[in-house]
Amino acid sequence: MGRRCARPVIELERAHKTYAVGRQRIAALRGVDLRVEAGEVFGIIGASGAGKSTLLRLINLLERPDAGAVRVAGQDLLALDDAGLRAARQRIGMIFQHFNLLSSKTVAENVAWPLKIAGGRTAADIAQRVEALLARVGLADQSHKYPAQLSGGQKQRVGIARALATGPRVLLCDEATSALDPETTRAILTLLAELNRELGLTIVLITHEMEVVRRVCDRVAVIDGGVIVEQGPVADVFLHPQHAVTRRFVQEAEQVDEGQRLDDFAHVPGHVLQLTFRGERTYDPLLGEVARRTGLDFGILSGRIDRIKDEPYGQLTISVAGGDLAAARALLEARGVRVEVLR
Amino acid sequence: MDALLNAIDWAEIGLATWDTLLMLGGSLLFTVLLGLPLGVALFLFDRGQLLAAPRVYALLSLVVNVLRSLPFVILLIVLIPFTLLVAGTSLGVAGAIPPLVVGATPFLARLVEGALRGVDRGIVEAGLAMGASTWQIVWQALLPEARPALWSAVTVTAITLVGYTAMSGVIGGGGLGDLAIRFGYQRFQTEVMVVTVVLLLLLVQLLQMLGDWLVRRCTHR
Repeated sequence: MGRRCARPVIELERAHKTYAVGRQRIAALRGVDLRVEAGEVFGIIGASGAGKSTLLRLINLLERPDAGAVRVAGQDLLALDDAGLRAARQRIGMIFQHFNLLSSKTVAENVAWPLKIAGGRTAADIAQRVEALLARVGLADQSHKYPAQLSGGQKQRVGIARALATGPRVLLCDEATSALDPETTRAILTLLAELNRELGLTIVLITHEMEVVRRVCDRVAVIDGGVIVEQGPVADVFLHPQHAVTRRFVQEAEQVDEGQRLDDFAHVPGHVLQLTFRGERTYDPLLGEVARRTGLDFGILSGRIDRIKDEPYGQLTISVAGGDLAAARALLEARGVRVEVLR
Repeated sequence: MDALLNAIDWAEIGLATWDTLLMLGGSLLFTVLLGLPLGVALFLFDRGQLLAAPRVYALLSLVVNVLRSLPFVILLIVLIPFTLLVAGTSLGVAGAIPPLVVGATPFLARLVEGALRGVDRGIVEAGLAMGASTWQIVWQALLPEARPALWSAVTVTAITLVGYTAMSGVIGGGGLGDLAIRFGYQRFQTEVMVVTVVLLLLLVQLLQMLGDWLVRRCTHR
């Protein structure tokens, strides 16, 4: 999506954060730089304790960095006084893993809360806005229920409606789908993607699941031990992970174990190649054509054809024997297929 | 049996019951007015909370602990000069209310502090993320979320106050406790003792039922 605008809406520079735990000091973030551009969905993935939760909370200063700069929409948040910071936070929405809804208030009252906090609206105004927000997240008929009467997915929809009530340009998602089942997770991610497209909403989400990143993110940063170890467009990071931590996340998502897989193929004769297709070409009948023209025999050992956000991709591990391998490789690469010789 | 019941001065008992209800109502009102803000202050000034101020917390906490560690009978006597100053008398309903309030306020404050601690921290975080002020978080989120626990704290406090009103009979506070001591104990009229005990028991039952009903009514979990 929109990388048209080069001006970053969120900028963190050399952010450091240390916690005191008893007498020990634990570094949660060790010099993190982050740039999120307007209109993109940016994923931050890391294991628990990697620092991703702290990183997300720096963006609205729920956590203050010990050193470094935090700018949102060009505004230096660290320079703001109390009232200024509260006003800035009203322009940054946030949703949570455990939803954090008021159990004593109805769905409509929960969504109205940020509007009450911001002030300056009449009751009729608020009611109208709440109704529109609930309709947008698909809860038009649930407004008088209490959160305890809703399912997890519905609770998160209320959370999203509440976060968008004041019309923020940025939405922070703190493990927003981690408490949900896979089907509900997909529905919530679809909603987030729609909101990103329709409203041009910039979304930053943290997660420990690569699957979440693959479905909705444009770019991803991998955080480990308080530093960002790898970042880039999701397709690049997902298909060609460089760092060991990234590879582990990808393998988890693919449910394969790289080392184990090569062992499994030990008895397969000939070479083992990994082919990566991207874009609409993924669906072309390419392998048959290459086999015919080069006299190559191939067998498919494993593979996956899927989408990264809206882009189709395929990644196949094949064994090849006989024929002209160099010619086949040249032919595949000429069609934009990335070829890696695993063995 | 008839003779026994006839021996009881029912007008006296009616008056004493009314006095007990007045003491309870008056002291509960002022206890809530003072104890609720004190409890909120204890919660907010504690380490890691919205207005974290460890020294202020330590001071408030000390005052609360000192008042709570004094047995109520002692507090009644120690507070006589203060009671004279506030109520103009240390006797009767008016004289009983100031020590009752001083005795019950720290108790309620601790219960309020606990009730607020029971609210999910995520609620505070959500409020902060929306740009709410501390005041808005307390009024619009923490107190409504803690309402069931707050009602049950007020119920426990009211029942404790019933016990205290009986004790205030010792220094001439009036009410059912006073009656029980003057007639039931000092004049060996066991039947008066039994009637007052039954009435106090009924009062406690009613308070508990009312409290439970209020808790249920505002619980939406």
